[in-house]
Amino acid sequence: MLTIANKTFTSRLFTGTGKFPSYELMQESLEISESELVTVALRRVDVKSEHDDMLAHLSHQRINLLPNTSGVRTAKEAVFAAQLAAEALETNWVKLEIHPDPKYLLPDPIETLKATEELVKAGFIVLPYIHADPVLCKRLEEVGAAAVMPLGSPIGSNNGLKTLDFLKIIIEQSNVPVVVDAGLGVPSHAAQAMEIGADAVLVNTAIAVAQDPVKMADAFRMAVEAGRTAYECGPAAVSAQADSSSPLTEFLSL
Amino acid sequence: MMEFKDILAKYSPDEIQARLDTFTKQDIERVLAKKEKSLDDFLVMISPIAAPYLETMARQSRELTLQRFGNNMQLFAPLYLSNECQNICTYCGFSLNNKVRRKTLSDKEILMEVEVLKSMGFDHVLLVTGEANKTVGVDYLEHAIQLVKPYFSNVSIEVQPLDQDEYERLILSGLHSVLVYQETYYRETYKEHHPKGKKSNFDYRLETPDRLGKAGIHKIGIGSLIGLEDWRVDSFYTAMHLQYLEKKYWKTKYAISFPRLRPFSGGQEPKVAMSDRELVQLICAYRLLDPDVELSLSTRETEHFRNHVIKLGITSMSAGSKTNPGGYAVEKQSLEQFEISDERSPKEIAALLKNNGYQAVWKDWDQILQYAE
Repeated sequence: MLTIANKTFTSRLFTGTGKFPSYELMQESLEISESELVTVALRRVDVKSEHDDMLAHLSHQRINLLPNTSGVRTAKEAVFAAQLAAEALETNWVKLEIHPDPKYLLPDPIETLKATEELVKAGFIVLPYIHADPVLCKRLEEVGAAAVMPLGSPIGSNNGLKTLDFLKIIIEQSNVPVVVDAGLGVPSHAAQAMEIGADAVLVNTAIAVAQDPVKMADAFRMAVEAGRTAYECGPAAVSAQADSSSPLTEFLSL
Repeated sequence: MMEFKDILAKYSPDEIQARLDTFTKQDIERVLAKKEKSLDDFLVMISPIAAPYLETMARQSRELTLQRFGNNMQLFAPLYLSNECQNICTYCGFSLNNKVRRKTLSDKEILMEVEVLKSMGFDHVLLVTGEANKTVGVDYLEHAIQLVKPYFSNVSIEVQPLDQDEYERLILSGLHSVLVYQETYYRETYKEHHPKGKKSNFDYRLETPDRLGKAGIHKIGIGSLIGLEDWRVDSFYTAMHLQYLEKKYWKTKYAISFPRLRPFSGGQEPKVAMSDRELVQLICAYRLLDPDVELSLSTRETEHFRNHVIKLGITSMSAGSKTNPGGYAVEKQSLEQFEISDERSPKEIAALLKNNGYQAVWKDWDQILQYAE
């Protein structure tokens, strides 16, 4: 079981709510994914109104909402947005997204570190979205991030684990859960992230934009389970050649 | 980094036009086989030689758009606040020399219009005026933004170009984005179509996106008015402008529109016509050049065209638009800026989107995300 802050999760597949063809398909996909943590962009929900159509489709008991701050460009804006999100959605969890670059949506490490520190002090459970930067991950851990969410490749790119080598270092060094976020385009990418020891993955675009989002959600569920199981089993070492003889050390047995 | 004015001066329209005729089938096939397309590739994609490859371009454009924007379509509505204008623009219904009754909405009237837009479901609004600094100057705009802000999550404007400090003021009031079209990047043609008023200053208009970028605006919409000059050349300049802006003001998001000249009372016919096929070619070429740019389609286009083109790269649409001040509630019959082709209601457009596997997005911003100190 995965524990982040005070919460335990049976499912290691976290999901998102953007880009779906309809809220009905979103709901069905999220249910079949068995995801327990679902991120919601503040920009998409109407926090002022009593009834928000998207939130109405996220009422399943299993689902915990993880508001994200997508759209803000600075730590100051992020802190302000997180506080309002907490009030509106009645949660102190926040996925911190500060990407001032609207093209590739790459996160700003400096603002993210500042905002994490401030939000943690204010009592938030902060999950920052960041580049796969091992040093930044340690710095975030030091200021109290509940988990780190390094990217595999840019948001929505479906490009897989382009940052693989750095993700491995992050996983090796981290004392908080590592959630690989962004860029996971097909279930095998998610399985790969789990196999190298990620604690969880977050998948949105690949499910939402699939021709059949519901089936794809199911496929990701299975891939995450398979990858995790494989990691727990301790896979056999990969070898490039068969090793029946030992030409270099053979002399020792002579 | 060079100013855009100087970059523009390096490319004469004649030279671009001449290049358009030199491309071969091999060129377009090579471009379409590439994963990422350059500005030069864009020119190939909008050239006549690319026309037979439209289906391939459409398929690539659809795939890229789905990946980046998902099965979503942003909906917004224009809210015309005033048709007073001190400019002469040969193609516009609000032109100074057009003898029509002028109207600027009062607070009470603006709120009446707002009420109708809200009942239609809109949450993103585009405020539009002519250029009349005494009646609809920056004070009026600032007040209007503050007035409508409580009702909308996202407020944009399409008004006269302003100075950087004026934009900064409006951003503090809650402004999210600004649309400012160059109309044409041909300096000489621009002069012919804008003989009088502040708008006749080509460079001041050309540098408006720079002032916006420096002011820290969230989104800038650019484009050229199709019909004034060769659309291929003007679109190439637009694409060049986009790339310049994206590099320089990297925190700002960009949108492109491709309005085709529409008839209005007393107006002129387009000098250069653009077919539906050619517009689709242009839309796809913009998408293939830039997977992230927003592409916006207005109600100038016909129902038939809009029904089909929504799948080919478009990411935002207006619906149920009125282009006259007071058109939604106050004074439905006053003079429009241009004629609307697609008169379907926002609800009908949302249903159309749903039938095509798209979700109408009414809200994709929140005032709390642009908290001002």
